[in-house]
Amino acid sequence: MSVPHEALDFERPSIFRRIQLRDWAYFALMVATGVIAYSLYGHMMDRYDVGGLILAVVASSWMGWFWRPWQAYSIIVGSLALFSIWMYGDDLTRGETNFWLNYIGSGQAGVMWMSVMLYLATAAYVMGLFSSSTFPSRAGAAFAWVGSGAGLMALLVRWREIYLTDPSWGYIPVANLYEVFILLALMTTLMYLYYESRTGQRTMGAFVMLVIAASVTFLLWYAYDRGAAEIEPLVPALNSWWMKIHVPTNFVGYGGFAIAAMLGVAYLVKHRFERTRPDAPITHRLPSKDALDSVMYKAIAIGFAFFTIATVLGAMWAAEAWGGYWTWDPKETWSLILWLTYASWLHMRFTKGWRGPVMAWWAIIGLFVTTFTFLGVNMFLSGLHSYGEL
Amino acid sequence: MSNNDQAATTGTVPASRQKTARKPRRSRILVDFMGSMSLAITLLVALAIASVIGTVLVQNEPYTEYLMDFGPFWHEIFAGMGLYQVYSATWFLLVVGFLVVSTSFCVYRQSPGLLKDLRRYNLQVKEKSLLSFHSSAAGDLDQPQDEFVQHAHRVLKAQGFKAREKNSDGQTVIAAMRGRWNRMGYLLTHVGIVVICVGALADGTTLLKINEWLGNLEIETRSVPISEVPRSAWIPEWNPSFRGSVEIPEGASANVVFLPMREGYFVQELPFRIELEEFRIERFSTGAESSYESDLIIHDPDRDEPLRHTISVNHPLIYKGFAIYQASFADGGTRLDIDAIPLGAEALRELEVPGRVFQEMDIPTPDGNTRTIEFINFQVENVIQLLNEEGVRENRHMGPSFDFRLMDRTGHGLYYRNYKRPALQEGAMYFLSGVRESPADEFHYLFLPADADDSLDRFRTYLAMLHKPEVRNEIARQVARDDETVPNEQTQAIASTTAELMGLFAQGGYTAVHNEIERRVPAERLDDVRDLMIRILHAGLQGLYMEVLQDEGVVSIQEEEQRFLEDTISAINAISLYQSPFFFHLKDFEHREASGLQIARAPGQSTVYTGSVMLIVGIFLLFYVSYQRLWIIARRREDGQGTHVTMAGTSNRHKVEFEERFAHLKRWIIDQQNADDGQKTTGSNTNKND
Ligand code: HEM
Repeated sequence: MSVPHEALDFERPSIFRRIQLRDWAYFALMVATGVIAYSLYGHMMDRYDVGGLILAVVASSWMGWFWRPWQAYSIIVGSLALFSIWMYGDDLTRGETNFWLNYIGSGQAGVMWMSVMLYLATAAYVMGLFSSSTFPSRAGAAFAWVGSGAGLMALLVRWREIYLTDPSWGYIPVANLYEVFILLALMTTLMYLYYESRTGQRTMGAFVMLVIAASVTFLLWYAYDRGAAEIEPLVPALNSWWMKIHVPTNFVGYGGFAIAAMLGVAYLVKHRFERTRPDAPITHRLPSKDALDSVMYKAIAIGFAFFTIATVLGAMWAAEAWGGYWTWDPKETWSLILWLTYASWLHMRFTKGWRGPVMAWWAIIGLFVTTFTFLGVNMFLSGLHSYGEL
Repeated sequence: MSNNDQAATTGTVPASRQKTARKPRRSRILVDFMGSMSLAITLLVALAIASVIGTVLVQNEPYTEYLMDFGPFWHEIFAGMGLYQVYSATWFLLVVGFLVVSTSFCVYRQSPGLLKDLRRYNLQVKEKSLLSFHSSAAGDLDQPQDEFVQHAHRVLKAQGFKAREKNSDGQTVIAAMRGRWNRMGYLLTHVGIVVICVGALADGTTLLKINEWLGNLEIETRSVPISEVPRSAWIPEWNPSFRGSVEIPEGASANVVFLPMREGYFVQELPFRIELEEFRIERFSTGAESSYESDLIIHDPDRDEPLRHTISVNHPLIYKGFAIYQASFADGGTRLDIDAIPLGAEALRELEVPGRVFQEMDIPTPDGNTRTIEFINFQVENVIQLLNEEGVRENRHMGPSFDFRLMDRTGHGLYYRNYKRPALQEGAMYFLSGVRESPADEFHYLFLPADADDSLDRFRTYLAMLHKPEVRNEIARQVARDDETVPNEQTQAIASTTAELMGLFAQGGYTAVHNEIERRVPAERLDDVRDLMIRILHAGLQGLYMEVLQDEGVVSIQEEEQRFLEDTISAINAISLYQSPFFFHLKDFEHREASGLQIARAPGQSTVYTGSVMLIVGIFLLFYVSYQRLWIIARRREDGQGTHVTMAGTSNRHKVEFEERFAHLKRWIIDQQNADDGQKTTGSNTNKND
């Protein structure tokens, strides 16, 4: 059937047509939140804080337009966090007496829920890999959503708890290893959920959630064995605006690299099964190699882009705190090594068009370099990066 | 379609390379090699390995340390390879330099083709070559040719393509492209990297190294007062880039900084003088530092009035292109008023020691020798974290402490840390002194019991009396006499044993007592005799204590007093291990701090930042804009009834997405249907978030 071309839909719908009423409502809500936050705490903010607040409103609105599930996610998580903060009032000891705070809504409880949910998600996704029903994987996604939400809520509530512990300490909870591990787990989960919703490939979760579960295990060990969950004041060097943007940016990078590595594992598994057991159900259940490769590339691309920004921000911060934008401190140096690892990966793909097992292995090795940059440097090498010693 | 066109569209093989293949010239080969991917990756890997070495091998340690760690043989080799300062080693700079050159060549080689790509739409395509594309389609339409061409242009325009058209032999060729910014991304990333490296090289130590080679400069390796540093280690003000540090005590000033260089340093002159008025540490309630601040006064001949400015961590002062940072702090030579309380004989004759941090002085010991005390550090506040009875963490403020070393004539000695105030320990107060063999060890503490006035008086009195033979004899006699279990004829013997044991204990603690007993008593009776002797000794020590209390006017002895005695005995027992003839008690102090400043001049900084911004923008363009090209050939159908259309497209990224988009384009252009007729996907792939 041929229709008159006036009626064809090739006209690119303008950005305003693609955005629906609910998107505008979400935007309005974000702006309102920002305005309320400013009217409550404006007197404590400097111009950077105000800039950050505006940026947060814009970024969250944009995220909501770009990826609709973010809207519900941020509203629910935000409301729960606000509820917890309201429950606290200005008395930190309510964390033990108030039922909601004690069992669900405090920073510590939130982290526990995150851990439980992410473990459940991992188990469900792995079951999904071996089951012909899609139910386990869908349950896995649900657990992952709740887990990531609980983690974000926990961080937001902890932010308040730090101020309640001592108003003069107040800082954003991305300052020590415990806090950034929460960030890593929730951020990686969220990024994974994004790729899952865009590709519809749920079996990837069985691989990606494994690395998230591993980081949760580390987090729990660190919290219990080392008492790392304790709220401590900030060392002077970390008391800087740069920290607020440098650290989260870095963790988008680490999250992307972690996802890519686990997809590399999935790729190798698929590759092997296609050759050895082409008829096995699991071979069919895994996403195609092309699909895995494509998501792997996207995860590395976003990771690399953000990691580059984070490194540049780190350099600017170092210039302000240590007197040199690049001092070959071990952490800086390993960031460079990590950056070079993925720059080479990208070159191989762009210029030589490499695909396949080699690139998958490369992404996996990249995760080891990432882990060393993130943790190993703090454990084995001494330097100026003073936060989060083990 | 020629090979060349295909290349231009995918952007993988530059057009220029095709030419090279035909007539390779020598310069061309060089350009190819320098800009080749293999070289780039090799250099990147080399850089990565060098960086790993630089972090595994701790950099910029004193050479003596390396010598100890690796032995003379490997030390020579490592030092020769510059492994102790990898990042300023010549070979490392060469690798970076090569990388810059290689990347520049790459840009130089790629950009002409790239710019041409942007302008050249390539209207020379043939139907047959279009059909060989991965994404291609063909179809017959009833529409007249010019009407179709119009339609195609509208679709392309609406989809963001820029198009060119060529008509010949009744055939219309449309060539279109979009996402050209992607190609700019390639340029921006690579130029950005070159810019960053150039800026960084400008801020490095290259200039100093060259001057060193030329013999204009020579490293100073000794640590001597600044007046004794030879001129050859001084760098005049011209040096455009450096990063060094200097420590200025309160009230003092400096117009130089020290630049660490390999096993030594240079002295860099500054065009102004920095005076430190005051240094402050702000603390949280936990005692942890919340910020360091220095009140600086800059004296500059160019200024009428000195500049006053306060810097703190994360808030440097930028003055005339010199950035002055708060980096560290140290003691600036605090004055210490110390009582040296003898721990041996003549225990009452104390000595006043006027000390100053970083100074050494000789003090006469009661045995007629001298010892040298070196004051190492002073700390105004010590906070330790303890678990209280409920298991909750608690901060204990321990007050000021000072560190020192006590050496004999051969220069050997132990390290000590004494606290000014007594500290609470399990319900009682003690003066603490830590002792250790080397700064790397943990402290072992001597606990001297404090009396009710938080002073050492009672302990000192007790110790002094214990050291007096006549007092010991007198006490021993009393104790023996008062003890009803002692038969009269043995009183004398017991008394003299008691006095003797007390003397031994005063000299060498329980060890001396045990040694003496073992020396005198046959092995088979040892156990019995030892118990008895210790009981006698304790009776004597207790008797002496009663005497001390009586002198103080204390009549009844409580649990508290009893505990004091036990602590006193343990302390005296430990003195023999403490190895200091004195307990140095800090009476008073006048705190003077020094601020550690880092001063840097980095003219390349803004260049580096500019390059970084280019790099980041470039990366986003590369990753998130895809460069797409499309060709459409329309000609009259063989039967003369309508139009025959052939179309093909390619993209350099996101093949999967492009295929989807191509399918849409085909439906709009050839089928002239809505993209989502009969399929679920929506109109354009930018609309996927629904
Ligand atoms: C130290 C860093 C870098 C060096 C030395 C370098 C060097 C090179 C070289 C030699 C080529 C090949 C040119 C040719 O084959 O003629 C190339 C291509 C390329 N590089 Fe880099 N590069 C670096 C960083 C980056 C970064 C960070 C990116 C961005 C992610 C990047 C993206 C690309 C792309 C996309 C190409 C292919 C160009 C095309 O498709 O036409 N490079 N690079």
